[in-house]
Amino acid sequence: MSLLLIFEQLLNGLQFGVMLFLIAAGLTLVLGIMNMVNLAHGSLYMVSAFVCAWVSLQTGSFLLGLVAALPATALVGILVELLVLRRLYDRDHLDQVLATFGLILFFNEGVKIVFGARPLRLDLPGWLSGAVEILPGAPYPAFRLAIIAVGLLVGLFLFWLVTKTRLGMLIRAGASNREMVQALGVDIAKLYTLVFGLGAVLAALGGVMAGPIYAVEVGMGEPILIMVFVVIVIGGIGSIRGAFVGALLVGFTFMLCRAFLPGLFGLFLDPAGAAAVGGALASMAIYILMAGVLIARPRGLFPAQG
Amino acid sequence: MQRSDLIALIGLLAFALFPAVAWAGDLLWAVDLASRMLIYGLAALALNLILGYGGLVSFGHAAFVGAGAYVVGILSFHSFMGGSLLGLPGTTSGFLAFPLAILVSGALALAIGALSLKTSGLYFIMITLAFAQMIYYLFISLPDYGGEDGMSLWERSDFGPLDIGNDVVFFYLCLVLVLGFTLLKRRLVGARFGWTLMGLRDNPRRMQALGTSGFRYQLAAFALSGAVAGLAGALLANQTEFVSPSFLSWHLSGELLVIVILGGIGTLYGPIAGAVAFLLLEFLLKEVTEHWQLFLGPILILVVLYARRGLWGLVEGRKGD
Repeated sequence: MSLLLIFEQLLNGLQFGVMLFLIAAGLTLVLGIMNMVNLAHGSLYMVSAFVCAWVSLQTGSFLLGLVAALPATALVGILVELLVLRRLYDRDHLDQVLATFGLILFFNEGVKIVFGARPLRLDLPGWLSGAVEILPGAPYPAFRLAIIAVGLLVGLFLFWLVTKTRLGMLIRAGASNREMVQALGVDIAKLYTLVFGLGAVLAALGGVMAGPIYAVEVGMGEPILIMVFVVIVIGGIGSIRGAFVGALLVGFTFMLCRAFLPGLFGLFLDPAGAAAVGGALASMAIYILMAGVLIARPRGLFPAQG
Repeated sequence: MQRSDLIALIGLLAFALFPAVAWAGDLLWAVDLASRMLIYGLAALALNLILGYGGLVSFGHAAFVGAGAYVVGILSFHSFMGGSLLGLPGTTSGFLAFPLAILVSGALALAIGALSLKTSGLYFIMITLAFAQMIYYLFISLPDYGGEDGMSLWERSDFGPLDIGNDVVFFYLCLVLVLGFTLLKRRLVGARFGWTLMGLRDNPRRMQALGTSGFRYQLAAFALSGAVAGLAGALLANQTEFVSPSFLSWHLSGELLVIVILGGIGTLYGPIAGAVAFLLLEFLLKEVTEHWQLFLGPILILVVLYARRGLWGLVEGRKGD
């Protein structure tokens, strides 16, 4: 096993982690500030991937797809907030789970009707589909590098937004004590809609990034949603920093286990069996990670609520 | 309370007479659907014990349903294919497989509960989900037992003179088990155990001040709930004559939550009503349109928004308990 292979897998882990972070950032804010479990966050990610793929197919331009997907998803997100989620903020988590589970069913079927049941292909433009030689003899897909770059930039932007701006201050205050913020005269409804819109755009960005790598298909939002919840819970609900650390932990764990566990099992199992066992155990690994973190620190690594 | 008991009794009668009605109306295939309703109802009843009375939102109950189903499946597999699991030879006897399914799921719930109950609130939801996902991927990684595809049962469990290969006999087995657990739950909820659980749900700090070790009661409830979910799993394996990782997936955990909430959380008979309504709705919508989920989704949202205590809340009327 060469060092280059390990390096490549580390980059894959970083890329996956960064993508998870984009989706997790919005969700953790919604959870932390509004105390709202939104299972439909994964649906926004799916809608964005579909809009991007469809527009790209029609126009032949990935960039146009990207430009169309972000506002379209934000619009869908805000509509959902106004029509459904707004009525659920003061309900308990269980009601929110049920209602947003209903939203998942609705969106999955709706996307199937609008875009068809077959997975869509999302082709990359030439300048993104090549490989870049990051180290001598180690080419790496340009698009994955672009994801890492964009993801880290967005991460920096969010960090700035949350720690240095007035809006960020309100967001942090909202996550640690909602009633107090409201009592101090902040228009909490406006803050909610704003945060929700921000979360939707971030999820949309994640969807656009995932499109060319994974299949753009109905139901693509749920597996990623569960992973994102794992990320948020590991990091501590409501904490952007926690979401970032959690996302990278999950990304690295998943990619490294998936790359190297089959080889490990290959030492004492036949190749096909080793691939199956290794692949499944890699998926298991992130849940083991999460359970371990929660048993040691029941409120995640960076709890936001005081 | 009396009114809801009366309506539940009418429901029981309707179920008991259903096979005869179905036979008269040439609808015997519907008996299978009714069995499925009872099985989902049993699992939802089990979930409601901790969800409704204990306030513990388990998003991983599929783990226990699936474990029970796999116990039946694996035992049946070894009885036909030879070999053994941990020195245990296979068997098709339901008298052995069903208690073992209950035992295995109960033990699993005991272990998962002991770790999960360290957390609370949303973290509890997520950690139970995490454990269920672990079990899900564990079974996917076992190619001997079908891996991702699952495996078929050669035949339903053998209950001696009771031939549950017959859909009607199987239906009555489900009905008796559901009735049995409902009566048990009724006693439990009315007893000290149930009141302690509800006290822990409503005011844990006060219960602690009263000198109650909440952890023990909650863990006992969690284990019991898991064990009964395992029984439901054993029945489900027999009903579908098939075992697959989909019995362990978070979709099933979610459906069970939906059924409990739809039926009426923390009500004695609500989960059965929820299971009947959910499966019936699914069945009817599937008959009408292939895009049935497009309608099921908004219906769920409407139920959450406008029927806050679920279907059983409507049945019981305004008077709360």
